[in-house]
Amino acid sequence: MSALPILDLKDASSFPSRRTEAWKYSDLRKFLREAPQPSPSAAVPVAGGGPFEALGGEPMVFVNGRPVDASARVLCGEQTVRLRLISKAEGAGHAVHARISARAGAKLLVLETHEGEGAGYVAHNRLELDLAEGAEVTRLVLTDEPADAISVTQAAVRLARGARYRQTIVASGAKLQRLETEVSHPGHGAEVRLDGAYVLGDSRHADLTSVVDHLGRDGTTSQLTKGVVKDTARGVFQGKIIVERGADGTDARMGHHALILSERGEVDAKPELIIYADEVQCAHGNTVGNLDQAALFYMQQRGLPLDEARALLTGAFLMEVVDRIEPEGPREVVREWLTARL
Amino acid sequence: MLSISNLHVSVGDKPILKGLSLDVPAGEVHAVMGPNGAGKSTLGYALSGRPGYEATEGAVTWRGEDLLALEPAERAARGVFLSFQYPIEIPGVPALTFVRTALNAQKRARGEEEVSAPAFLKLVRAASQALKMDFDMLKRPLNVGFSGGEKKRMEILQMALLEPSLLILDETDSGLDIDALRIVADGVNALRSPERSMLVITHYQRLLDYIKPDRVHVMVAGRIVASGGPEMAHQLEAEGYDKYLPEAA
Repeated sequence: MSALPILDLKDASSFPSRRTEAWKYSDLRKFLREAPQPSPSAAVPVAGGGPFEALGGEPMVFVNGRPVDASARVLCGEQTVRLRLISKAEGAGHAVHARISARAGAKLLVLETHEGEGAGYVAHNRLELDLAEGAEVTRLVLTDEPADAISVTQAAVRLARGARYRQTIVASGAKLQRLETEVSHPGHGAEVRLDGAYVLGDSRHADLTSVVDHLGRDGTTSQLTKGVVKDTARGVFQGKIIVERGADGTDARMGHHALILSERGEVDAKPELIIYADEVQCAHGNTVGNLDQAALFYMQQRGLPLDEARALLTGAFLMEVVDRIEPEGPREVVREWLTARL
Repeated sequence: MLSISNLHVSVGDKPILKGLSLDVPAGEVHAVMGPNGAGKSTLGYALSGRPGYEATEGAVTWRGEDLLALEPAERAARGVFLSFQYPIEIPGVPALTFVRTALNAQKRARGEEEVSAPAFLKLVRAASQALKMDFDMLKRPLNVGFSGGEKKRMEILQMALLEPSLLILDETDSGLDIDALRIVADGVNALRSPERSMLVITHYQRLLDYIKPDRVHVMVAGRIVASGGPEMAHQLEAEGYDKYLPEAA
């Protein structure tokens, strides 16, 4: 049973508006009233290997919603998958449905990139991730989409006992960009880390929404999201952690911190902890502020021009999220990618 | 030479400096002493260009150039350095990264070649040894979790690396014990040179036993009310500021 409604691009009646609670801050219907024309199939092969090319691994590529090869993978052992969702369409819509299963004891690195090469498209990505007992999956997501695109990604992550799931999403927004993660957490030693960072300029919109459902005892969830908005951009963070009856011993922590660097930038944050169990440790923190003016002056006094001082401070603010990424190879790719967008 | 004439500075609507005039020739160290609330720190901020410290009247020139027309970073590139009374913590930015970024930004602004990472490290090692600073501390975010004394040493270290030509020390002795004070003063004295001008802002004469000024100015209510030689610092310490206060005048 999904807590978040699943979209169907062919059916405009499935498009939520702000009247749907979970979509309150990202009014899809405002931008999309009718089902878009289906995107044409794009020519393959695809040029280049995407932002994570240097890290190798198996490519799993979709172009305009169509899989270049397989749309589902079952993996064991230690593997890297470069999941590339490429949109070349102009003014049309397409949907991806990808499935990745990690066998018991598998150790996967899923390097996911949303590469928008078209314009004005609508992309809907559904990703199902299943982690068998003891499996370890790290999912890193980088989005690079045009300012007039609409893109919604809905990931459903199911963990078996003792599995470990770590995720870091780095979003740069679009006309409307939403990245949902829904985690079914069995407890019993399973661990989840859901991190995110967003850097938004102009009138871009990014929405990081997650629901983690703790079903069994002794599970941990750690969440850290940090964002920076400029101009008239809008950042949305919705994090919901549910601790079901009997899920005692759950340890769940959630933090969201954002900087608004302009008069007309906006950040909407909705952290929620819903707890039905008795013996739990749960905490959340949420802050929205501006850069420290005293620090900015201090840095300028030492010779840094204002723009450079700002970039250094915002970079330092966001890098806390990047520093949590393991292993080092992809961490440094993400760091460079993010630094280039400050 | 630093030349300040009839400087008026307001913070918000409140006038703080009310017609301050002062010249510091190249190679000289001048002390500005005064009671709390005289506007000493405001003078440091106004010279370095802190937003919100608005010059409403008067002029400041440094080496013939109008200082007030420049952005804070441009002033820094021209050699202006303010050692803060309360140095600011910069979370997430390692001290080493910060100082190298600042140094290279200044060099770029002056059209000079930037310093490479290895060359910079060599400079830092030498400078931190002279100040008896633990090199590992410089890998930590700037000033975050540093003690008061460590923060002051960090200011002097930056001064040594940035090699400014107009040094403004704002209450550099506050929070320092005698040993730390001596190390900091030695660091400052090492920078004394015929090309540099220094303005030492202090409430107490103590610092001036270690950094000997050429001239001492008494600042009261936003103005310089008296100036004299180094002996004046001892006189002030003995007699207090009472005779300079408006009531006594």
